[in-house]
Amino acid sequence: MSSIFFWRKKREEEKQASGSKVSDQTTANAELTAATLPIRSSKKGIRSLFAISKFDPDDLQTLEEILLQADFGLSASEKIVAAVKTEAKLQGASTESDLRKILAQVIESQLSSDKRELNLSSGKLPYVFLVVGVNGAGKTTTIGKLANWLGEGSWSVVLGAADTFRAAAVNQLATWAERAGAKLVGPKSDGQDPASVAFEAVETAISEDSDIVIIDTAGRLQNKSDLMDELSKIRRVIEKRAEISEVLLVIDATTGQNGLSQAKAFAEVAQVTGIVLTKLDGTAKGGIAFAIQSELGIPIKLVGVGEGINDFAFFDAKEFASGLVA
Amino acid sequence: MFGNLSDRLAETFKSLRGKGRLSPADIDATLREIRKALLEADVALEVVKSFIQAIRDRALGDEVSGALNPAQQVVQIVNQELIQILGAEPRKLRYGKTAPTVIMLAGLQGSGKTTLAGKLAKWLVSEGESVLLVAADLQRPNAVEQLRVLGEKISVEVFAPEAGSGTGDPVKVAKDSIAHAKSRGLSMVIVDTAGRLGVDQEMMAQAAKIRDAIKPDETLFVIDSMLGQDAVNVAKAFEDGVGITAVVLSKLDGDSKGGAALSVASVTGKPIIFSSTGESLDAFEPFYPDRMASRILDMGDVLTLIEQAQKAFDEDSAQEMALKLAKETFTLEDFLDQMQQLRKMGSLKSMLAMMPGAGQMRQQLDNIDEKEIDRTEAIIRSMTPVERQNPKVLNGSRRTRIARGSGMSVTDVNSLVNRFEQAAKMMKTVAKGGTPQIPGMPAGVGGVVPRKKAKDKKKAGSKSGNPAKRAAELNAKELGIKPASGGAGSAFGIGN
Repeated sequence: MSSIFFWRKKREEEKQASGSKVSDQTTANAELTAATLPIRSSKKGIRSLFAISKFDPDDLQTLEEILLQADFGLSASEKIVAAVKTEAKLQGASTESDLRKILAQVIESQLSSDKRELNLSSGKLPYVFLVVGVNGAGKTTTIGKLANWLGEGSWSVVLGAADTFRAAAVNQLATWAERAGAKLVGPKSDGQDPASVAFEAVETAISEDSDIVIIDTAGRLQNKSDLMDELSKIRRVIEKRAEISEVLLVIDATTGQNGLSQAKAFAEVAQVTGIVLTKLDGTAKGGIAFAIQSELGIPIKLVGVGEGINDFAFFDAKEFASGLVA
Repeated sequence: MFGNLSDRLAETFKSLRGKGRLSPADIDATLREIRKALLEADVALEVVKSFIQAIRDRALGDEVSGALNPAQQVVQIVNQELIQILGAEPRKLRYGKTAPTVIMLAGLQGSGKTTLAGKLAKWLVSEGESVLLVAADLQRPNAVEQLRVLGEKISVEVFAPEAGSGTGDPVKVAKDSIAHAKSRGLSMVIVDTAGRLGVDQEMMAQAAKIRDAIKPDETLFVIDSMLGQDAVNVAKAFEDGVGITAVVLSKLDGDSKGGAALSVASVTGKPIIFSSTGESLDAFEPFYPDRMASRILDMGDVLTLIEQAQKAFDEDSAQEMALKLAKETFTLEDFLDQMQQLRKMGSLKSMLAMMPGAGQMRQQLDNIDEKEIDRTEAIIRSMTPVERQNPKVLNGSRRTRIARGSGMSVTDVNSLVNRFEQAAKMMKTVAKGGTPQIPGMPAGVGGVVPRKKAKDKKKAGSKSGNPAKRAAELNAKELGIKPASGGAGSAFGIGN
């Protein structure tokens, strides 16, 4: 899989250049055209679980410890080790390399999800992405990268700067918008209600016939109920004008078990549809994302692997699993 | 998912009830729960391992304290060790010998350096310092702008000669800022640097260069309190790469346990000196090791209880009491003494509410009338010393006088005296090593004095081998804990 296929709106010039390109695609909407975008590999960011510590094939307790050190958490680690044990018994596997293979299979199968891809195929444009998360998780950077990638596929992208709280967050997003060639809709005055900024961004996207609008929100800790209420308000207000196709929760790969609490709270308030696992280029393994998916069923969709505009990738369970055991 | 440690330990304590000194197996059971809790709190595995080992060694070797049951003792040891690693006393910010004092901030991306720079500056200004903020994060788009806005909000000058967002030399900016601060006669310089990964050698080398250029008096390592197992790797990388002098914990207003604090303190041996606790620029405070210890293990309640029990339960007076019991000279005065000891522990209800697993008892707790203790006290205080020493002299007229003096009825006085006598008798029996027979009480329900019988979680297990001492322990505990059941709680045998 080297590219991903989506629908986007036809540009004016494409409309004039006859619909032949579209005819082979089954779509009811002649306004749409197929867009393909290069998929990016997340291999760069995945480090082996066994880079520092090895496990003893005769004592799978050691494997559990390695998983714990990768932030999988007690519950998920125990579950994985139990599954590996069962499978090893079935297959009569006992060597380290066999066990590693089994481990990879277990992780991959538990991460499998049919909701992995970004929801860019409904044809109901503009697609609205809402990006949420705690402070410092990497929301703005993620949006910059995503906008740039979409721009590569000739999408017209609007970014809504609804983080009106953090000093200069709007400027930070503006810089990314410029780099990615996206249009920025920001607050007209300092401290403008974030929900109204989000609304205006969606309005702009509709009136300008854009394909997608990505709303940046202020970082908020999940136990701050007033800020979480604000988030549900943003959601409600957007939905007055358009369907929300993705709510992406950005989780820092270095996050520990609090990630579960984050995912639970954000899922409840904002109806999260996918996880973006950022900062995987560090030493952190991001096991918490596994715990989140296995406990809450929210799929990991994207990963961030650096500060560069191209440093992001689509999450691939197989790639992730085999990278972890490499 | 797992419930808090207090509840889990309560489970463990149950199995320990009625035992004497902790056996290694008991210690292991308690430590298993503590290990789980530490891992759930994101303390790094290697730190958990060495920590648990240290606790086991101490728990096996430690003196048995009369005031605590053995499981509580393990908890106390855990707490002491936690605090020791986190730093017993909050360390103060280190100032330079000559102005300006230079503080460098370092950390991962998104750990909260820039926000912290603003908070720290505001706090320093309130301490009477003149501060220069230096925008040396030229990496993240608009980090410079963010710092400039923060500086404006708190009226602190920001040194930002470069626009940043990927351009400019942070080493030069940092270096120039010192000269600038000197020329302006400012007393503090806070250098904000770009977030960097421990594995990014180029960026770590740059951080080292900045450090060499400004020779900071403090290099503060800012960590996100939500950080997981990677905390050890990150801390080691920054310690090796930049050489940190102290740690600042950010986003502590979240609901993470903050086990990373323990990992980092343990791995680097560097003190945590500040914590950042909210979105407002005032949400900044010195780091309190004891609070953090409680937060990590979520056993603050148990600890408060232990502390109070220990304070109130004086070993010496326990010995004395034991002697008295053995010699059958337990008097109303002693009764009063014990009550006053109990008072030191604070409100009975709040004491009980603090006990692990007390949730189920809450309803019964509401039935306890603390006024009863007041009334009992009033009655005893209305007695003469002779009467207190020897209740046998209490004839009708004395009782009437006492009733009047205490504002109670003669029936109340009679009731107290009766219950006291029963108590004294029973304690004597216990002191001699026998099993007390409690008249007119349904099994397992504390009616008169023998509240030690059931529902008393706190007493679990701690029985001295010395009969006299044991009686004293029981006695003290019994006074501390009201029966959970048994209808309207009557305190100290008055006014059922």
